[in-house]
Amino acid sequence: MRVQADREVCIGAGMCVLTLPEVFDQDEDDGRVVLRTPEPAPALAQRAREAVALCPSRALSAAP
Amino acid sequence: MTTEPLTFPLTRTGPFDLPAEVLAMRADRPITRVRYPDGRTGWLVTRRAAVRAVLADPRFSARQELRSTPFNTAAETPPAIPGMFIGMDPPDHTHYRRLLTGQFTVRRMRRLTTRVEQIAAEHLDLMAAAGPPADLVPAYAVPIPALVICELLGIQPAMREPFMQATARMSRIDAALEEKQRAMAEVSGHIAEMVRHKRAEPADDLLSGLIADGGRLTDDEVTTMAFLLLGAGFDTTANMLGLGTFALLSNPDQLPAVTDPATVDNAVEELLRYLPIIPGTIRSALEDIELEGVRIAKGESVMVSIPGANRDPEHFADPDTLRTARDTAGHVAFGHGVHQCLGQQLARVEMRVALPALFRRFPDLALAVPPEQVPLRDDMVIGGVHALPVTWGA
Repeated sequence: MRVQADREVCIGAGMCVLTLPEVFDQDEDDGRVVLRTPEPAPALAQRAREAVALCPSRALSAAP
Repeated sequence: MTTEPLTFPLTRTGPFDLPAEVLAMRADRPITRVRYPDGRTGWLVTRRAAVRAVLADPRFSARQELRSTPFNTAAETPPAIPGMFIGMDPPDHTHYRRLLTGQFTVRRMRRLTTRVEQIAAEHLDLMAAAGPPADLVPAYAVPIPALVICELLGIQPAMREPFMQATARMSRIDAALEEKQRAMAEVSGHIAEMVRHKRAEPADDLLSGLIADGGRLTDDEVTTMAFLLLGAGFDTTANMLGLGTFALLSNPDQLPAVTDPATVDNAVEELLRYLPIIPGTIRSALEDIELEGVRIAKGESVMVSIPGANRDPEHFADPDTLRTARDTAGHVAFGHGVHQCLGQQLARVEMRVALPALFRRFPDLALAVPPEQVPLRDDMVIGGVHALPVTWGA
């Protein structure tokens, strides 16, 4: 699986970091999303999809 | 099916229950006609999918001058003043919010855990020293989030009391508009004074940082943004702690999940889902929009019911029961869309610390009055309890 994050759309709510800190982080300065890895391990795929669905600004997407 | 539009206020039926009208809509209608106090008609949306759809759709505007509200009888609301970004749409909203998001990240808020633990312990010491009974609202629920947000912003302790009193006056539903405006002006005046002081003598706090890094923010803009953060930081978490404690005392089988570090995070999420603190939020249609089989006309205001969405049986089984072990993902207690709560990670830290600390210090904590005598905030915009008389050590 591959996840993408659009920093222009991100509003820094932190839902992705809360849901899956192994994959998502926040920029120390502006709070916007930073991908720790664009290809989460298969074991994390379910929670990565959950993070995508929960993102309030639709800044995240996932492809299988 | 009724033909007359619903009117406000909606009928509150108990401390933890949905308004009667929202509960009645659960069976057959995700959306219904309402009439706002300003005389205009609009819509009430109560199911989770539709609530999220409205809040994520840029065709639904948050601009305050476009919307009717359940509390405002005035026909016209002026546009948001510079810095009042909750009443704006992107890109104006984005400009202001981005100046703050770095201050409220998950990591930065978790760093406050130790300090919140100290503040909670100090207030528990005061309660223990004074002895039972106590009113948990002024003794614990209100001062913890108030102190934390004041420290974060860099507000001197002496400023806190006048600020809290003015905040309480401006959030009364039944207060006359002039009284609310007077209270808001008073609060703004206090903050403006502080902003001038910090521009002259910067310190290591959020307000000073905003003045320095915000680039071209005026004192008025910084004042307005601080006003927003303080207002949001005072009332919401305080009511979560007050009503949350009431809910846990009413569901004692759920208490072990709160005092166990392994389960407290999810228990807090369940309290966020379950407690009807924020009744809803309003958006206004910028064009004609189809939603759930109705046509919302351009200019109409849509109120989304946050408690309705959080009790949607399509997403949460047995939704009216507090179950700390359930899968809580997808609740909308902090809203959804680009306006989702900026301070949510701070609120989480405060609740994850304050609730377990209370029940660990006083394991036999109990209501000091019958539950039906706990005064509910049915007269306030933000729900919860006015007082929570508690006792311990019997």
